[in-house]
Amino acid sequence: MANTTQMLNKVFRTCPDTGLKFHGPAENLIKVNAVAAVVFLLVGGFFGLLVGLTRWQAVHLLGAEDFYLVLTAHGLNVLIFFLIFFEIAILYFCSSVVLGCRLATPKWAWVGFLLMVIGAVLNNVVVLQGNASVMMTSYAPMAAPPLFYLSLILFAVGALIGCFIFFGTLVVAKNDKTYEGSIPLVTFGAMTAAIIAVFTIVSGAIILIPTYLWSIGVVGEIDALAYRLIWWAFGHSSQQINVAAHVSVWYLIAAVLFGARPLSEKVSRTAFLMYIFFLQIASAHHLLVDPGVSSNFKMFNTSYAMYLAVMASMVHGLTVPGSIEAAQRARGHRAGIFTWLRKAPWGNPTFSGMFISLVGFGFLGGITGVVMGAEQINLLIHNTLYVPGHFHATVVLGTTLTFMALTYWLVPVLFRREIVFKGLARWQPYLYGLGMTGVSLFLMGAGTLGVPRRHWDIGFAGTGGITHEFPAAAYTMLALNGLSVILAVFAGAAFCVIIVGSLLFGKKLGDQKMAESWIAKPVTDEEYNANGGSAYAIPGTLVLALVFFVSFALYYFINWKYLAETWGIS
Amino acid sequence: MSDHDSDESGQVPMMQKLLDNPFLLLFIGVASPAMFYLVWGLAEIFTVPAR
Repeated sequence: MANTTQMLNKVFRTCPDTGLKFHGPAENLIKVNAVAAVVFLLVGGFFGLLVGLTRWQAVHLLGAEDFYLVLTAHGLNVLIFFLIFFEIAILYFCSSVVLGCRLATPKWAWVGFLLMVIGAVLNNVVVLQGNASVMMTSYAPMAAPPLFYLSLILFAVGALIGCFIFFGTLVVAKNDKTYEGSIPLVTFGAMTAAIIAVFTIVSGAIILIPTYLWSIGVVGEIDALAYRLIWWAFGHSSQQINVAAHVSVWYLIAAVLFGARPLSEKVSRTAFLMYIFFLQIASAHHLLVDPGVSSNFKMFNTSYAMYLAVMASMVHGLTVPGSIEAAQRARGHRAGIFTWLRKAPWGNPTFSGMFISLVGFGFLGGITGVVMGAEQINLLIHNTLYVPGHFHATVVLGTTLTFMALTYWLVPVLFRREIVFKGLARWQPYLYGLGMTGVSLFLMGAGTLGVPRRHWDIGFAGTGGITHEFPAAAYTMLALNGLSVILAVFAGAAFCVIIVGSLLFGKKLGDQKMAESWIAKPVTDEEYNANGGSAYAIPGTLVLALVFFVSFALYYFINWKYLAETWGIS
Repeated sequence: MSDHDSDESGQVPMMQKLLDNPFLLLFIGVASPAMFYLVWGLAEIFTVPAR
C-alpha cells in the first residue's frame, strides 16, 4: 500500500497554489502542445503583419506571388496549427487535470503530438517553397503539391488521436471514480469542442484524402462544388471548435478568478448541447452564392438551425458575465449596477483578456456572423473583406485573446514559473484587443464598400485592363487596418516574449506557494444568499444584454436597408 | 450539477442521461451535421441535371 502511494506521488503532483492534481505525462503533454501553439502563433502572426502591410495600398509591401504565399502561410499557421495545438492542451487539461485522473494512453498522445508537429512543419516547408500558394481553402481544381495535402492529413490524424485520448480520459475518470455525478461544466464544454473536432477532422479526411489522391494522379477529377461543400465542413467547423473551447475557458476563468458558479448548470449545458446539434452546419454560409445547392439547404443550415447555435452563444454571453456579477455581488460589491464590474481585477491580464474577448466576440463577431448568415443580406458582403473582418473578431478577438488570457494563468500553475514583464503583461490584452478590434472593424468597413477579400491589389493591377474605382474611404479603411495590424502584431509579439521569457527566465516557484492567491475560493450558498436575498440578481449583466440586443437589432435592420437600396424597385 | 438530479421516483431524467453520455453526444454531434449538411448538400450537388 505504501509503495503504491509512493508511486502515485511520483506520477501525480499537486499544485501548491491551486490544489489541482497533475498527472505527470499529462502535464508534459499539455506543456509541449501549449509551447508548440505559441511557436505557430508567432510564425503565423509574422505572416499576418506582411498581409496587413500589403493590403495597405500606400505601402503594398509584397508582390502578387509572395502575397498569396504569405496569405496561405498566415491562414494555416494561425487558424489551424496554433489553435488546434492549444485546443489539444485544453482537452488534456480539462480532462486529466480538472477531473484529477491519469491521461489515457500517454504514448498515443505523444504519437498524435509528433504527427501534428511533422504535419505543421512539413506544411510550412511546402508552402514556403512557393508551389502551394493556394490559400487555406485550397479550392480544387487549383492544385498544390501532394505533400501539401499529405501534411494536412498527418496533422489532422494527430489531432484526432488527441480527441480520442480526451474521450478515453473521461472513461478513465469515470472508472476511477475521480468525480461524482456529472462531469464539471468546463469539461463538458471541452467535450463539446472535442465532438465538433471529430466531425471537423472526419470531414477533412473525406475531402483531403481524395484530393491528395487526385494530386498524385490516382483520382481523375475532384468536383469543385462538392469540394467546397465538404472542405467547409472542415474549414468552418474547425473555427467552431474554437468557439466551444474558448467559451469553456470563459467559465474556467470565471471560476478560478472569482470562485463563480454558473448561474444555471442546466441552462449552460443545454447551450453546449445546442452547439453539438447546430453549430457545425453554419459552414453553409460559405456556400450562399453557390449554384449547386438549393435555397432550402442554405436557409435551413445558415438561418433556422444556425440561429439555435447563435442563441446558445447568447446564453453563454449572458451566463458567464452573469456568474461573475453574482459572485462579485455575493462578495460585497453590490452598490449600483456596475460596481461589480468596476471592482473586477482589470490589471490582471487573465481577466481583462477574457472580458475583452467576451465583448469583442459578442458585439463584433456574433452580430456580424448573423448578418452574414442571412441569405439575402449576405449578398451585400459575400466574398468581400467583410468576411475576414468578421472572423478576426470571432477567432482572434474571441478565441486567441481568450487563450492568451488563460496562458497568463497557466504559466505559474503548469510550469511553476512567475510571469516576467508584469507591467507589459498588464497592458498586453488591451493593446491586442484594440489592434484586433481595429482590424475587424476596418476590414468590415472596406468589405461593406465592396473591396474583395481574395485580391492582392484592390486597384486590380496586372489584371489586363480590369479597373474598378472604389471610394476613397476604402483606401482609408485599408490604411487604418494596416496601422491596427501593426499594433496587434506588436501586442502579439509582446505576448510571445512574455511567455517565452517567463518559461526561460521567470522566477522558479517549485513547491513554494505564491504570495498572491492564484485561485479564488468558491462562493458559498450563504454568500450568494446574502446578495439581497436573491442568489442570482444580475442587473448589470441584464443592462449589458439589453445594449447588445439593441445593437444587434439596429445593425441587422440597417443591413436590410442597405439591401433595399441595392435592389431599388422602380 | 455535481450530483445527479433525480425526479420523485428516483429516476435520472432523460435529458440528464443524454448529457451524461459522451459517446451518445459524440454520435449525435457527428451524425446530425453529417445528415443536414454533408448528405443533404452532396445529394443536391450530385442531382443537378446535366446540360
